[in-house]
Amino acid sequence: MMEEVKEVTPTLSVHAHNIKVTEVLKEGDTLTFLIVSQKLSGTGEYHVDRTYDDFEWLQQHLFSQEDVPGIQGVIFPPLPAKAQVNASAKVMKQLGFLGLEEWQPYCKALENFVQQIAAHSILCKNKALEIFLTSPDPPGRQRVRKNIFNRLSQAVVEMRKESHKDVDEFFQTERDHNLVLTGCTKTATERFLDVVLTEQKIAVACGHFSAALHLCVEQGEDPDKQAFSKACVKLSEVFNSMKKNMTSVAENNVNTLGVGLDLESRYQEAEKEMLFRRTCKLVELETARRNAEKAKPVKKAAMEEVKKVAETEFDHICGVAKQEIAQFHGVRVKMLQQALVQWCEKQLLTAKENADQFDQHLQAFRGMA
Amino acid sequence: MATSSERSPPPFPDSEDQDVLDSEEVRGRDSDEDDADELFMSASNPPLTEMDPTLPPASQPSDLLMKPPADIMNEPLIQPVSIQTENKATIAVSESPDDFVDLTNNLTDSPDDTVALESAVADAAKHTTEIPSDEPTDDFVNIFGSETEAPQEEVVVADVTVEGAADKSEVTGAVTDSPADEKTGSDAEHEAKEIAPIIDLSVDLSASDTQQPRGVDTFVDPLVDLLSDAPPAADATKPSRATVDLFEDEGSDLFTEPRQSKSAKQPQKSLFGEPDEDLFGEPLGATAKKTVIKEQKDKTVLTKAAEDGSNTGGPLQDSNPAEPADLFSEEAVTSAPSIRNTSTVNSKTNGVHSEEETDIFAEATVELSLDSPRDERKKDATAKPSVSAPSLSAAASLTKPQSAALEELEEEEEEELEDKFDIFVSVKDPEKIGDGMNAYMAYKVSTETSMPMFRNKTFTVRRRFSDFLGLYEKLSEKHGPNGFIVPPPPEKSILGMTKVKVGKEDSSSADFVERRRGALERYLQRVVNHPSLLQDPDVREFLEREELPRAVSTQALSGAGFLKMINKATDAVSKMTIKMNESDVWFEEKLQEVESSDQHFRKLHALVESLVLHRKELSLNTASFAKSTAMLGSAEDNTALSRALSQLAEVEDKMEQLHQDQAAYDTFAFAEVIADYIRLLGAVRGSFDHRMKAWQRWQDAQAALQKKRETEAKLLWANKPDKLQLAKEEIAEWEAKVTQYERDFERVSATVRKEVIRFEKEKTKNFKRQIIKYLESLLQSQHQLIKYWEAFLPEAKAIA
Repeated sequence: MMEEVKEVTPTLSVHAHNIKVTEVLKEGDTLTFLIVSQKLSGTGEYHVDRTYDDFEWLQQHLFSQEDVPGIQGVIFPPLPAKAQVNASAKVMKQLGFLGLEEWQPYCKALENFVQQIAAHSILCKNKALEIFLTSPDPPGRQRVRKNIFNRLSQAVVEMRKESHKDVDEFFQTERDHNLVLTGCTKTATERFLDVVLTEQKIAVACGHFSAALHLCVEQGEDPDKQAFSKACVKLSEVFNSMKKNMTSVAENNVNTLGVGLDLESRYQEAEKEMLFRRTCKLVELETARRNAEKAKPVKKAAMEEVKKVAETEFDHICGVAKQEIAQFHGVRVKMLQQALVQWCEKQLLTAKENADQFDQHLQAFRGMA
Repeated sequence: MATSSERSPPPFPDSEDQDVLDSEEVRGRDSDEDDADELFMSASNPPLTEMDPTLPPASQPSDLLMKPPADIMNEPLIQPVSIQTENKATIAVSESPDDFVDLTNNLTDSPDDTVALESAVADAAKHTTEIPSDEPTDDFVNIFGSETEAPQEEVVVADVTVEGAADKSEVTGAVTDSPADEKTGSDAEHEAKEIAPIIDLSVDLSASDTQQPRGVDTFVDPLVDLLSDAPPAADATKPSRATVDLFEDEGSDLFTEPRQSKSAKQPQKSLFGEPDEDLFGEPLGATAKKTVIKEQKDKTVLTKAAEDGSNTGGPLQDSNPAEPADLFSEEAVTSAPSIRNTSTVNSKTNGVHSEEETDIFAEATVELSLDSPRDERKKDATAKPSVSAPSLSAAASLTKPQSAALEELEEEEEEELEDKFDIFVSVKDPEKIGDGMNAYMAYKVSTETSMPMFRNKTFTVRRRFSDFLGLYEKLSEKHGPNGFIVPPPPEKSILGMTKVKVGKEDSSSADFVERRRGALERYLQRVVNHPSLLQDPDVREFLEREELPRAVSTQALSGAGFLKMINKATDAVSKMTIKMNESDVWFEEKLQEVESSDQHFRKLHALVESLVLHRKELSLNTASFAKSTAMLGSAEDNTALSRALSQLAEVEDKMEQLHQDQAAYDTFAFAEVIADYIRLLGAVRGSFDHRMKAWQRWQDAQAALQKKRETEAKLLWANKPDKLQLAKEEIAEWEAKVTQYERDFERVSATVRKEVIRFEKEKTKNFKRQIIKYLESLLQSQHQLIKYWEAFLPEAKAIA
């Protein structure tokens, strides 16, 4: 979603846009996802089953491509948090929308993750992706050393570095903006999640009420009683359709705007991380510069060397980052717009269906009376 | 009832006519005697014969006594009646119902009351004078003798007295009328009023009225004359007013009742004897002037009472068989406690008819009006733990059961007719009055109606919550034992009210007040939609009267909660002790149904409440989502997206309102209505309990009767004739009680059955109505939602 495929690299033997996470299987406590991708050559398909560990393995490999220049300027497609079968409340909260509806949104998020990687001009070149998509053996099972260069020391240094003044105006505003947006998106997502959860509760309550109304049905010849029973049954139907309506409203919310906001929120996080990495590099570079200036003649050459390396690296990063950011801006607006439009259309459809149903029920009741 | 027997005798009218011709009492008596003979022969004879055992000494003198007792009985009644009735009676008879109603109405209405009271007092005075003389059984003979003599004397005087008395009464009537009614009409009415007392007495007369009407014409003139004379006599009446004032305190109830009771009494002392005494004693006591009379009266009453007590069972029963036709017609009239409801209405409308229309009608209405007070009276009597209660109720019940069949028929017809009342009550503008913990909520109770029983088409009063509770307590006390389902008001809520008292204007207390307002409105609407309850004077007072005496009893208790606790405890006890082997499958099934639907409703209520809770939560969450969207929109630097997001925020704001409304719909369409029904089901169970209690009473009486029989057998065996007589009397008494209680039970059962059917019908209707309303609201909000989305869609698409 984030990137257009610019050059189809020979390393990837599948269509980037046809990668699907089609199924999720529960095996004990672990979730296994079935990934289907279309071969570039001919008509065949790859079917592989992957666990979350495999996804993580892939992500680690992408992070650790130190040979690619400017890799740290890439906004890595965000991998959703680990899904658990009997997740605790805390995990569920972390998962947000993705934890709803029997993992369907989660599958979508994973699919999105793989697609984004496959479509990314830099990341798709990684061998790990090819393995991940095609190898019949699950790659992540042999534990990779946890290279978490991404998040590792972040917390410690964050405060200092995050407020580090940028040399580049562009990045400075981007950072500020990103900071605000991240917060806002996050709250909006959470609030929206609350709405959805409440809608689900209402749906459940409607269902209960509908079921309980059936208890009120009384047997008997008495016309009044029969009329009452009939009214109860009819009302039960009304509430049942209300329940269905609420459920589909909630579903619409999740599948369109919910997922959209979630992705947006995670991408903002990813951008933030990228910007942070860049800032780290900037700090590193500045230190190198200072060191080079202050260095004694003996070490001067070595210091200059370090500084140069850092400079080139930083330039690479900045170059990649600028590209990435520009792309990101375009894509995320499109993505959000799509989400909003879809959401609106779906809700409109549901509301119309619902109105029709209510109308029918109302006519039925008027006919009874 | 007792009165019926007297009424029934059509012969009376003739006598009355004659009486009318004669001067008042004397004439009345004479005529009474003549007629009385006939009347009594027809009506009173049986009672007399039966009464004889009780009153053996006095009544035995066959011819004389036969007549005299009848006369006495009739006479006191007739006399007053005849006196006044003769004068006015003929005219009044037809009018009397109106007047009577007026009187009763007037009594309730304060301004008119005095007048009415006066007339009543005057009547009472007359009655008392007459009564005392008549009633003393000892004097009976004497009285008769004296009466016959006295009458003659009186006859002489009669003209004077008649005129005077009549005038007075008329005067009083006139006086009274003038303020209240138009004079022309008022005269008639006065007469009627006077008659009314008379009527009470003359209830009997009313029966005779049919005949009277003939006399009416002739009499009308004299009456008119009298009336014309009356004004001067007004002065005479005025003194009576003083007494009247005294009487006022005791309340209209007493008066209306006493009169009736008197009339009833005199004809059939036994029925009303005791209660009347009490009642009368008080009013009389109040009037210092008539103390002498009173004393006599009291004595007579006492003696009577004693006699009556014994008589009650027998004479009534006996009398009834003797005059079946008459009784029946009378009973039909009398029988309708329910009719009573209509009676007030009728009586008013009758006012128009009565003058010209058929006497029968007039009678019917008259009797009706009389009856209704009686019923109340009975209720009161039963309500007041008076010694006399048993005899009273016995008498009442005796008459009732007989008429039960008729009653039912009539009631059913009435139900059809009266199911729809043109009355709409709304409770509005809750207002907090006072500060701190002494604060309370007052509501505006507005009534819109075209029913003639109300003085205005629309009226508004201010009532506080405890007034509503007070109304319920009065109603349930009066109507509960008869098997009526009295709609219960919302419970008192300490928590909710404290919040209102302490809290400023927070949403939960506003919600509480609104809920309660709705509940009170529905409660009142249910009350006025009930054909029987609407007729209750307390209901009308509640709706109409400006100031209501403070309902005290509800204050300390946390209202229904506390009462319920007590009730539950007693119910549990009585359920344990009363092992009712239910003979009626219908009731058994219904009870089970009620129990199960109570459970279901409770469950539904809990579910709806949680649904409402979720809806409110949704509304809150939507609001905060709207807020965060607005923030996101303002942070966004893509202008199109930013605009779309702030549009979205607005849409979400509107949706929040929609959700809130939906929560309110859910609350008022379901939660509150279901809560109402849970309360109503409690009332239904209450009516079942009352039925069970009636059954228990009957069973107890049966057991007692069994015991008495056993003792009788023993006595028979032991050959103790002196005690045997007593035992026999007791048996007769208990037999009467058993039949009466059985009829009571049957009556309560019938009422409960009818009420439950009505309840179910209402329930179905109400639910359907609510559901339709609810669906309409759903549909509307859905359409609103569609509009919102449609408005937003282009905005979303505009993002580039």
